[in-house]
Amino acid sequence: MATVSVCQYHRGGFSFENCKRNALLEADINKLGLSSPAARKTGTTICGLVYKDGVVLGADTRATEGMVVADKNCSKIHYISPNVYCCGAGTAADTEMTTQIISSNLELHSLSTGRPPRVATANRMLKQMLFRYQGYIGAALVLGGVDCNGPHLYSIYPHGSTDKLPYVTMGSGSLAAMAVFEDRYRPNMEEEEAKRLVRDAIAAGIFNDLGSGSNIDLCVITKGKVDYLRPHDMANKKGVREEKIYGHPVTGNYRYKHGTTGVLTKTVTPLNLEVVEESVQTMDTS
Amino acid sequence: MNTRGLRSQLKDSVPVTGLCPQAGPYGVQDSLRRGFSSVKNELLPSHPLELSEKNFQLNQDKMNFNTLRNIQGLHAPLKLQMEYRAARQIQRLPFLPSSNLALDTLRGSDDTIGFEDILNDPIQSEMMGDPHIMTEYKLGIL
Repeated sequence: MATVSVCQYHRGGFSFENCKRNALLEADINKLGLSSPAARKTGTTICGLVYKDGVVLGADTRATEGMVVADKNCSKIHYISPNVYCCGAGTAADTEMTTQIISSNLELHSLSTGRPPRVATANRMLKQMLFRYQGYIGAALVLGGVDCNGPHLYSIYPHGSTDKLPYVTMGSGSLAAMAVFEDRYRPNMEEEEAKRLVRDAIAAGIFNDLGSGSNIDLCVITKGKVDYLRPHDMANKKGVREEKIYGHPVTGNYRYKHGTTGVLTKTVTPLNLEVVEESVQTMDTS
Repeated sequence: MNTRGLRSQLKDSVPVTGLCPQAGPYGVQDSLRRGFSSVKNELLPSHPLELSEKNFQLNQDKMNFNTLRNIQGLHAPLKLQMEYRAARQIQRLPFLPSSNLALDTLRGSDDTIGFEDILNDPIQSEMMGDPHIMTEYKLGIL
């Protein structure tokens, strides 16, 4: 081992030493018919929209590992800077590390320039990093924040392409959430309406997509203030049977109250019985 | 990161040394130092990103120097390269890790953080090269 280190300059970053070995192991395992463990994904619904005073970001809280729920209440809205937050879908570790690295870089950059950071800077840093790794870092992000130029919202794909839009959704439940947005979005909404719309979009993802579930987290970012509402709404509480769904009572209980069935007529017929025989049998109590 | 310099790089890009066997002093595979060789190992990268990551810093530098040359003239990259060479020579003994602070400051990577600072930090590496062999190699005795 020492002989190898003489010539190779040890540098940091990703090491590809085990790739060949992993490929061989994978082939062997597949030959036996088994499958290697899957990375933990967030299989998610995340969305964001721009309203009158700022940006509302929303996310569900389920993390899956293959077909099993790995974390029932994970936090998918990550802090990037005091005025910029980012929701992450895709491989959980990738989104976590990427957002932390960009958060540190943005802090260093803002200390160096002496100004509060801009959302466009975070977007540019993220897209350059993701493009450098050609999509192998599986992080699909919704980046939103308010800076000196107003509210901004970006969606960033794992290969490094970005879109700047008034409303975006990402993740496995993105189609369900986008359907809700496309139906009810208007520019310049009020805060309550915007929060309700994001909540409904995430709820659509939670109820219609297997990879999303549990609670709804919201993050409302305005010029001077950030409201991180976790949980904003608990759509599915574990262990509690639903009493009402969309206003209709749902009972799992089949005891009917008195008066459920209306009484139309009542007839009483006394039966006359005559005594035929009467005998006494003594019990043996010894 | 400098993205405008990409076009200037098209003609003279850094040749990818890749995974070719680096010949020892007699032109054959240096088995003692580099271990056994295998044709497949040398020809194919084990991961598509391996080559691009290996040369990433070099390519960035080359691109930045090209842009600088186009904007400010030939003297600017020449002076900078001289400073890089000087900074690269400030090292400790061959087997001890060096922080490369001067080189980082020149490059501007002292106020950025990336995967190379978090993963596989050379300062925290568990293996160390044998001091005697490494110094002899550096001095050319071995």
